[in-house]
Amino acid sequence: MSATTTTSPQTAARDEPPSLTSSSPRYGEKVILGALAVCGGISILTTVGIVIVLAVESSVFFRQSSIVEFLTGTQLSSNLGGGGTFGVLPLVTATLVITVIAMVVAAPLGLAAAIYLSEYAPERVRSLLKPILEILAGIPTVVLGLFALNYVTPFLTEIIGQENIFFFNMLSPGLVMGIMIVPTVASLSEDALSAVPRGLRESSFGLGATKRKTTLKVVVPAALSGIVAAVLLGFGRAIGETMIVAVAAGALPDLTFNPLKPAQPMTGYIVQRFSGESPRGTPAYQSIFAVGALLFVMTFSINLYARKFVERYREMY
Amino acid sequence: MDVISTPRSNARKALDQLGRPAERRFGELAFRGLLLFGTIIACLVLGVLLVSVGMDGIPRLNAAFLTEYSSRFADETGIRAQLTGTLSLMVLVALIACPIGVGAAIYLEEFAPRNRFTRLIEVNIANLAGVPSIVYGLLGLAVFVYFLSVGRHLLAGAATLALLVLPVIIVAGREAIKAVPQEIRAGGLALGATRWQVASRQVLPAALPGMLTGTILSLSRAIGETAPLLAVGAAFSIRQNVKPWELFSDFSALPIVIYQYASFPGEDFRVEAASAGIVVLLAVLLLMNSVAIVLRNRYSRRT
Repeated sequence: MSATTTTSPQTAARDEPPSLTSSSPRYGEKVILGALAVCGGISILTTVGIVIVLAVESSVFFRQSSIVEFLTGTQLSSNLGGGGTFGVLPLVTATLVITVIAMVVAAPLGLAAAIYLSEYAPERVRSLLKPILEILAGIPTVVLGLFALNYVTPFLTEIIGQENIFFFNMLSPGLVMGIMIVPTVASLSEDALSAVPRGLRESSFGLGATKRKTTLKVVVPAALSGIVAAVLLGFGRAIGETMIVAVAAGALPDLTFNPLKPAQPMTGYIVQRFSGESPRGTPAYQSIFAVGALLFVMTFSINLYARKFVERYREMY
Repeated sequence: MDVISTPRSNARKALDQLGRPAERRFGELAFRGLLLFGTIIACLVLGVLLVSVGMDGIPRLNAAFLTEYSSRFADETGIRAQLTGTLSLMVLVALIACPIGVGAAIYLEEFAPRNRFTRLIEVNIANLAGVPSIVYGLLGLAVFVYFLSVGRHLLAGAATLALLVLPVIIVAGREAIKAVPQEIRAGGLALGATRWQVASRQVLPAALPGMLTGTILSLSRAIGETAPLLAVGAAFSIRQNVKPWELFSDFSALPIVIYQYASFPGEDFRVEAASAGIVVLLAVLLLMNSVAIVLRNRYSRRT
């Protein structure tokens, strides 16, 4: 920068400095620039659109049914006319049970993969495993849902016994969802781990610590905020994941914490209503926007919170 | 951390903690093995998925499955409408999302002033990437289907998917533009070109292969999406080819038919036909990804 701004004071005093503004106004370019700015602004419009749509459409719902009843109700049922009772708690508990199962799978496996790929893996193994994880991340979720229903559930039935587990249950989609989240957790944690400066590792080795001690007591703690962010972002993805649960968890909005029983998470409820019969404007139909708004608030706040952690480790190194 | 900050008086304790050489070596190996095991599990599950779906799906796959419309009978059903639907959606999503995404990427990298509005756009794009796809579906349903009265037609599906992949395209586009050396811009500007001339004739061509790769990868994400299409009313059973220029016709897509088959009780649909549908969907994805990889390799070889 300094090289471009050094004009000698003598020349500036003797001659008129050349004009740096363009000789022709180039209105066309201003139009293009405006169009490009609009493209950038469309992302803002999308967010604004989501917020407005969810607010307006769920206000239609809350005019017909109270917000307290919605947030604290344990019953969810609708009749053919599109009326009914709409308590969201059965959906929220199902979402939480499945998400917790998913994170119990995804957090340790994702972290193990991140540590292995960042600290241990030889280049050849790394270049083999990383693309596999990328492929896993690219498998459409409806495919994973069918995998849970057709292969994982029968497998679990064989282990646990037919009388203990239902055809639709929360365990199977939870496990598959956990595997789905592994690449997310792994790649974000790996970024955090490889951002830890080499010097820290080498000082630890210099003090006689083994590789395992260095990894567990120096590298992982130093990358902790990034790892937390990775797990949180994975958690956010799990809450919003739709097709795995829509296919394999069933469509029974019962308030239960038993992972072997069928249940309906928030996303599954919305999907089921899409193909339902209730016409627009009825409480049954409008309730999908209320559930969607709750889902959006949950995922959005988790993501915002996670970004804070990401910024923290970016600041550190 | 405490290994670093051990004072001299505690050095003995630290040495004890490290353990005897033999058990230390075992601990090291066990830890490494555990990590590798954890990494492999996810890969193994992917392998099991591909093999079991392939074993159930490939025997069911034949020419008629691709060229017939859907039927009540499992052995006669086909995915012609859904296959053309997915291809049409792909074309339309690319046509809608690419210009906007590339435009936004150019704006943010080459022109945007470093102010609060730009920062807001950046934070917003990062957050949009974390919004569940079903919420995009609700947006598409309210805005495209009802507010703009597109109806439950192809255009509504394509526009919703385009919004969904836009953040990904923008991020990939920005990465590609960032990779263009600063000297190219400086050279162009020094020769008297305007910033737009530099951006459109120097930076954009240089960044194009990278952008193309990112775009194809994000499109392959779009065609696997199910929930947003269900939201804007993708049809379960239609008996016509979906063509990309018939914007206001009924539409369906491969993920939709897989979801539909999954809801049938009989194994002939739920396992066999659904698996065959998955094989076709994964084949389309594989094709797109290979194109992206070929482009990426070509690009990285040149620079």
